[in-house]
Amino acid sequence: MSRTEIGGRPPLRYYLSKILFAGIVLIACSWILLPIVISALYAFSTPKDFYSPKEVIPLHYTFANIKELLDLGAARATMNSVIVACMTVVFSFILGLPAGYAFARFAFKGKDSLKLLIIGLRMFPMLVIAVPLVTLYIRLGLNDTLLGVALAHTTMALPFVILITSSIFVSVPIELEEAAFVFGLDRTQTFLRITLPLALPGLTAAAIFTFIMSWNEVFMAAVLTLTNRTLPAFILTSAMAAPDFIKFAASFIMILPALIFVFIARKYLISMWGITIR
Amino acid sequence: MVDVRLVGLVKRFGKTVALRGIDLDVRDGEFVVLLGPSGCGKTTTLRIVAGLEKPDEGHVFFGDREVTYLPPKDRNVSMVFQSYAVWPHMKVKDNIAFPLRIRKVPEDEVQRRVKWAAELLQIETLLERYPHQLSGGQRQRVAVARAIVIEPDVLLMDEPLSNLDALLRVKMRSELKKLQRRIGVTTIYVTHDQVEAMTMGDRIAVMNAGKIMQVGTPEDIYLRPANIFVGGFVGSPQMNFFDATVTEKDGKLILEGPGFSIPLMEDQVSVLKDYVGKTVIAGIRPEHMFPKDLAPPKLKGVEITGDIDFVEALGSDTIIHLRVGEKILVIKVSGSHHYKIGSKLTVVFDLSKLHVFRKDSGEAII
Ligand SMILES: Nc1ncnc2c1ncn2[C@@H]1O[C@H](COP(=O)(O)OP(=O)(O)OP(=O)(O)O)[C@@H](O)[C@H]1O
Ligand SMILES: [Mg+2]
Repeated sequence: MSRTEIGGRPPLRYYLSKILFAGIVLIACSWILLPIVISALYAFSTPKDFYSPKEVIPLHYTFANIKELLDLGAARATMNSVIVACMTVVFSFILGLPAGYAFARFAFKGKDSLKLLIIGLRMFPMLVIAVPLVTLYIRLGLNDTLLGVALAHTTMALPFVILITSSIFVSVPIELEEAAFVFGLDRTQTFLRITLPLALPGLTAAAIFTFIMSWNEVFMAAVLTLTNRTLPAFILTSAMAAPDFIKFAASFIMILPALIFVFIARKYLISMWGITIR
Repeated sequence: MVDVRLVGLVKRFGKTVALRGIDLDVRDGEFVVLLGPSGCGKTTTLRIVAGLEKPDEGHVFFGDREVTYLPPKDRNVSMVFQSYAVWPHMKVKDNIAFPLRIRKVPEDEVQRRVKWAAELLQIETLLERYPHQLSGGQRQRVAVARAIVIEPDVLLMDEPLSNLDALLRVKMRSELKKLQRRIGVTTIYVTHDQVEAMTMGDRIAVMNAGKIMQVGTPEDIYLRPANIFVGGFVGSPQMNFFDATVTEKDGKLILEGPGFSIPLMEDQVSVLKDYVGKTVIAGIRPEHMFPKDLAPPKLKGVEITGDIDFVEALGSDTIIHLRVGEKILVIKVSGSHHYKIGSKLTVVFDLSKLHVFRKDSGEAII
């Protein structure tokens, strides 16, 4: 039992716990922020500052590193990555959204085992299927194409999309759909006019997640492409041979879209009918 | 406009049986109230009429048309959900207008009707708000407004006034009833508030444990309950019940109760003749017993004396708990009176208002 003193000074334990809490928050934040800040700083630092042992934090900044990187082929790779990520989002939502809705709304035989199976798919190491996939892609003419990479990424993202969208749809109260049925809408119209708008904040977050998942994926992209590299695959194979400040520039480009997305999404998510569905 | 016929509805949810054979005829333009305790199957019945649930057995007819398996959108019904179900991504005005827009009502007509409904339910000032900016009672009124703006064949309301304050509830009760009478829409109204049921229903269907116990006018239900459940469920405070034995004494039938005996009236004798020697359950409503000094002068009654156990003064009424032997009798006297707890009191009860039920089945004998 803890003793509380009404009106008196809070006990020392109170301050200690506050300090402890602040400390943990600080560590957690720097854990995430420090690498981002460092790579951003070095990405723009001049080579001279970068190599100078006296300056831990560079003082002179330039866009030259980024430009050099882009000229090396990163521009095209970035473009490829964006295209692949967008295709992945579209494909995995076209396939995953209806499945997620079905899991959320309908009772059918074998629903639980099917769900388990879908999670089970994620346990397959990509390494195992990589070689057969390449062979298959060569036969289908999909090797070294962006579509091929997007399809591979879709496979990887699909279990996530199905399970997440299903839990998003579950969170939309079923009576809201039923009210629409009663007042004269069929299931498709109800989905478009009631369920979808209400699920949109969650679905947006899921889409962003899928986008970033594809954006970051390097193994499949590297195996399946040769000339049409996505950004991570390009950096892995090309930029790693370049000087260190170019590597930092590369890592900065990699982080950038994720950061932008998270900032936009955060504002968007909160502003949408006060985030609470009730 | 249409009459609604429910025939032998059975609904199971896994192992629980929610409805065990519901038969109910609702006439064209009639206002029928489903009254019953929590969990007795009122909402389930309503959902089957709306088409949101398919019965395991039985049929639903709108007029001559069987609609049991028709999807809700093809039934032209309107419904107030127990959980309101107002759409959180639409402003109040759009929520109310939505059913009209689905029916392709011209926009100026939409505006007119939304305004009318909002005024009726006193939510004109809330039209520009989103549902999450409303209180529970306000949300409930939006749900009612949305249900009444269209002209459905059948109007279904699931406890539409449960969350309003007493004053507004009384007002809404009469407003809804007037509206229903004016547009003459066939209405099924769910409530567990018996005052609401008595004041609004053309007829009341009292439900318990998935069955309809009695259907009748409010007067029927109150004066001639068909069984112990209805007798006990309708009326506040609850009807007094006690075991009594029908005995014959000097050629007359009397009911032998715990600590008192009741000589029966002629018409009662003729019905109870077959029960001589058997135990029955007698019932008398609190408002049909009077302290001796307050009894109507010509009352043909039976006197019972007991000790006052407890008194509840409600202002308009006084509720007396009277201990007679082992039993507590509850007596309701209108007006405010003072009684001393522990003192003796003789009450007279109105013999003509006595109810007698079979002990085995609970069915009413008288
Ligand atoms: N979807 C469901 N799944 C399982 N059981 C259900 C379901 N819906 C209702 N029931 C059960 O069916 C019975 C009747 O429920 P119903 O909602 O019709 O009661 P009600 O009369 O409306 O009660 P209340 O006055 O509390 O709203 C209850 O025992 C309930 O637990
Ligand atoms: Mg209910």
